[in-house]
Amino acid sequence: MSDHVSGGSGPSSPGDAGWYDLFSRGARDWLRHNEKVREAVRRHLPQIVAGADVLSGGASTVRVPVRMLEHYRFRLRNSNEQQGVGQGPAKPGDRIGRPQQDGEYQRGQGGNEDGSIQYTLEFRIDDIVDWLWEEMQLPNLEAKQGRAKEDDWTREGWDRRGARSRLDKRRSLKESIKRRGVQSAAGVQPPPFTDDDLRFRQLARREQPAMQAVVMLLLDVSGSMGERERQISKTFFFWAIQGLRRQYRHLDLVFVAHTSEAWEFQEDEFFRVTGTGGTIASSGLRKVREIIDARFSPSQYNIYVFYASDGENFPSDQPQAQAALEDLIDDCNYLGFLEVAPLAGSVPDSEVGKLFLHLADQRDNVGAYRVSGSEDVWDAVRHFFASDA
Amino acid sequence: MTEDWRTQISQIESLAKSLGLKYHPVELEVVPDSFMTEIAIYGLPVRMPHWSFGVRYIYQLIQHRMGLSRLFEVVFPGNPGRAYLAKSNSVAENVLVTAHVLGHADFSANNILFRQSQAQVGERIVEQAAAHARQIGMAIEEHGLERVETVLDAALALEQHIDVNRPLHRERYPEVLPEKAPPPEGDEFVRRYAALGPDTERPVATGPAKRAPIPPHPERDLLWFIAHYAPEMEPWERDIFLAVREESFYFYPVFACQIMNEGWASYWHARLLREADFLPHSMYVDAVKCHSDVVRPPASGDHVALTTNPYHLGFSIWEKIIEQHGLAYARKIMSEDDDFAFIRNHLTQELATELQLFRYKGPANGTLVVQDHDISALHDALLAPKYGFGAPTITVSRMHVDGRLELVHDHVTDGRGLDPERSRRVLEYIARVWRRPVTVVTVNSDNSPMEITVTPDTLGYRI
Repeated sequence: MSDHVSGGSGPSSPGDAGWYDLFSRGARDWLRHNEKVREAVRRHLPQIVAGADVLSGGASTVRVPVRMLEHYRFRLRNSNEQQGVGQGPAKPGDRIGRPQQDGEYQRGQGGNEDGSIQYTLEFRIDDIVDWLWEEMQLPNLEAKQGRAKEDDWTREGWDRRGARSRLDKRRSLKESIKRRGVQSAAGVQPPPFTDDDLRFRQLARREQPAMQAVVMLLLDVSGSMGERERQISKTFFFWAIQGLRRQYRHLDLVFVAHTSEAWEFQEDEFFRVTGTGGTIASSGLRKVREIIDARFSPSQYNIYVFYASDGENFPSDQPQAQAALEDLIDDCNYLGFLEVAPLAGSVPDSEVGKLFLHLADQRDNVGAYRVSGSEDVWDAVRHFFASDA
Repeated sequence: MTEDWRTQISQIESLAKSLGLKYHPVELEVVPDSFMTEIAIYGLPVRMPHWSFGVRYIYQLIQHRMGLSRLFEVVFPGNPGRAYLAKSNSVAENVLVTAHVLGHADFSANNILFRQSQAQVGERIVEQAAAHARQIGMAIEEHGLERVETVLDAALALEQHIDVNRPLHRERYPEVLPEKAPPPEGDEFVRRYAALGPDTERPVATGPAKRAPIPPHPERDLLWFIAHYAPEMEPWERDIFLAVREESFYFYPVFACQIMNEGWASYWHARLLREADFLPHSMYVDAVKCHSDVVRPPASGDHVALTTNPYHLGFSIWEKIIEQHGLAYARKIMSEDDDFAFIRNHLTQELATELQLFRYKGPANGTLVVQDHDISALHDALLAPKYGFGAPTITVSRMHVDGRLELVHDHVTDGRGLDPERSRRVLEYIARVWRRPVTVVTVNSDNSPMEITVTPDTLGYRI
C-alpha cells in the first residue's frame, strides 16, 4: 500500500538542485515591476528634475521616491466603519484600540493593496538626458565647423628618443621581443632591454574643430518675473545645458541677470537674485556682448545664448535691444528666447519676443518660443534644438 | 537527514486508510524555501509571468524576513496530487506535514466543489498551469511583452469575476430569443379565449425572429464574456483570458472551502499522529508542538486578536462535529459542503463562546467596540469576505450595438459603492482589450448613482 505516496521520487539527495533553483520567477516579475516604475518615472522626468538643484556639475544623479505599483481590481470604497471577527477574552461592550496592521491582517487576497512601501530610485542625469533625447527625437547638435578652431597636441607616431613620461612601454616591449627573437636564433644570449628597444610617443600640433563652448544664460529678474516664472526658466536652462553637454567636452556657463541694469552672477546666487524695477533688454544683451569680448573669443568658442524673460521691455528700449541683438547674431551659434508668459500658446507676442521672431525669419540661428508652465519646457527645448540642427 | 521521514510514510498511509481516508496518490517533493515562497505567491508552482506577482513577492519576502509567516507545505489537488514540502522542515515537521497532506488529499478527492472543479478543469492543474505559462511565454515572443502584459493586466484584474455556477466550457448565447412555448391545450384561459369566436384566432408570429440582447441575462462571468464578445480581440488574447479563467475555476474551491479544508487536514494530522504508535516518542513530541503552533488561536491568555485563524477555527469545528456525531457524519459534511454551509450549520453559539470568538465594529481608524454574541451576525461577519470569490458583485448588463460595454455593480448586495479611482483603472485595463468604451454603474458614498466610463482612444501611456 505504500506505493501511493511516491516518497522515492523527486530529488533524492539534499544536494540535488531542482530546476526551480535555476531562476526565481518572483525576482523576474519584481524586476519587470521595477522596469515599469522606471518607465513611469521617465515620463515625468522633466517635472521631477525641475525641482532638483543640479544646474552645473554638482550632483550627477537624481533620486526619486517611488511607490510600488498597484495592480488594480474592483474594490468597494473604503467604509467609514469597520467590522470583523476577532478572538480572545472580550465581552460585549469592551472597547479595543486601533487595530494594528499585523501580517495576518494583510495577507488576504491580493495582499498588495496597501501600497505603503516606498523606496528610492536613483537616476543618472546622463541617462535621463539620453532617454529624453531619444524619446523626444531631438537631433544631436553638431559642433560648428569652420569658425571656431583650436590647436591641440595629438599623438602622432613614435620616436627612439623622447621624454621619459612619453615612453610607450607596450611598444618598447614588442621591440624587445622582436630583437630577442632574432638574437637567440643567432645563438646569442640576448639582454632583456637595450636602449634601441625604447619607443617614445611623438606629439604634434594639429588644428581641430573647437570642442569648447560657452552657454550664456540671460535671465530677466525684474519685478514681473515671479517665483513660478523663474522655476520655469531654470528648468529650461537646465535642459538646454544638458543638451549642449552631450556635444561639447568643455562647456562654460555664464549667468547674467538683468532688470534695467545687468550683472554677472555665480550659479548658486543666480536663481535667488531678485530685482526691482522694469525690464531693459538691451542692458542684458550688452552685458553678454561685454563678456564675450572679454573672455570668449568667437574664434575659440561656440557661443550659445539663451534668454528667458516675460519680454515686457520698455518700448523706448526696443531700438537699442534690436541693435544689441543684431550685434550678437554673427558671433553666436545660436540665440534663443524663451518667453515665460501666463497664457498658453507657443508663439511669443511680447516686445522682446517680437524682436527675436523678426530676426528668426531671416536667420537660422535665432529662435523664440513661448511657455506658460513647466510642462511646456520640453516643447521649447525641442523647438530650439530642432531648429538649430 | 531530512529524508528520514520518508521511511514513516507508508505506515502513516496505512493508518490513514484504515481510518477511512480515500484519496488519489500524492507525489511529495522537498523544495527550497524560496520556491515555497513563490508557490504561495503565484498560487501554483509554475504560473504565467506578471509584474503584480513581483510586488507580492517583495511583500512576502519582507514578511518572511520579519518572521511573520512560515510555510510548511503546499498541496495541489489532482490525480496524482502534488505536495511541496519546505526544505527547512525538521523530520518531525515533515511527518506532521505528510499527515496533513493526506488530510488535504482526502478532502479534495471527496468534496463536491473540488470534484466538480476537477471534472471540468482537469486533474493535473500543475501541468496545465505550466502549459499556460509556456503559451504566454510564446505569446510574448511573438507579440512582445507590452501587448501580452496589456491583456494580462485586464485578465488578472478580473480573476475573481467568474461564474462558478455555470460550466467552465460554455456555449455562446443563442442569437435569437427562444420562441415562447404555446400554452398547454387544456388551459382554462385558452379555452375561454377560443370560445370568443373565429375572429379572435391566435395571431401567428411572422417575420424574422427577434435578436436576443447581449447578454440575455446579467452576466457575472466577466472573463468569459470579454473573451467571447470583445469586438476586436485577437485569438491569442482570448486564449490568455481563457487561461486565466481556467486557473480561477481551479482556485475557487480552494478559496471557498479554506476553513473546512485546513480544519480537515489539521484534524487528520493530529489524529494520525496520536494514533501512530510506530513513531519514536521524541518525534511525536516535536510534531505535536508543531501542531499546536499551526492550529493555535491568534490570541492567547488575556490577549485579544482582531483576526481568526482558519486552521484553528476549522479544526475546532471538525473536532466538535466528530465528537458529537461521529466520523461518518463528518465525512458526509466534508463531501457536500463549502465554508458557507459549514460555518452556518456547525459553528454553534456554544462553540463560538468556547472559542472566544467575538464580533467587533467601529469607525475606521477609531475605537472598536465588541458586539453582542449573536451567532448569526457572527456567521455573517466571518463569511462576508468570502462571497463572490471575495470581489464586488459586478455583472455585464449590456453590450450596445456599437460595441460599448456596460457593467453594473450591485451596490445593494455589497452594501456600498465601488472605489471610483480603482474602478477607473480597472476599466482602463478592460478598455484596452475591449477596444470600445467601457462603463460601470455604481453609487457614490451618498448612494446617488455614479457612472464611470473609459474610452480607449483617451488612454495615453500605460502605467
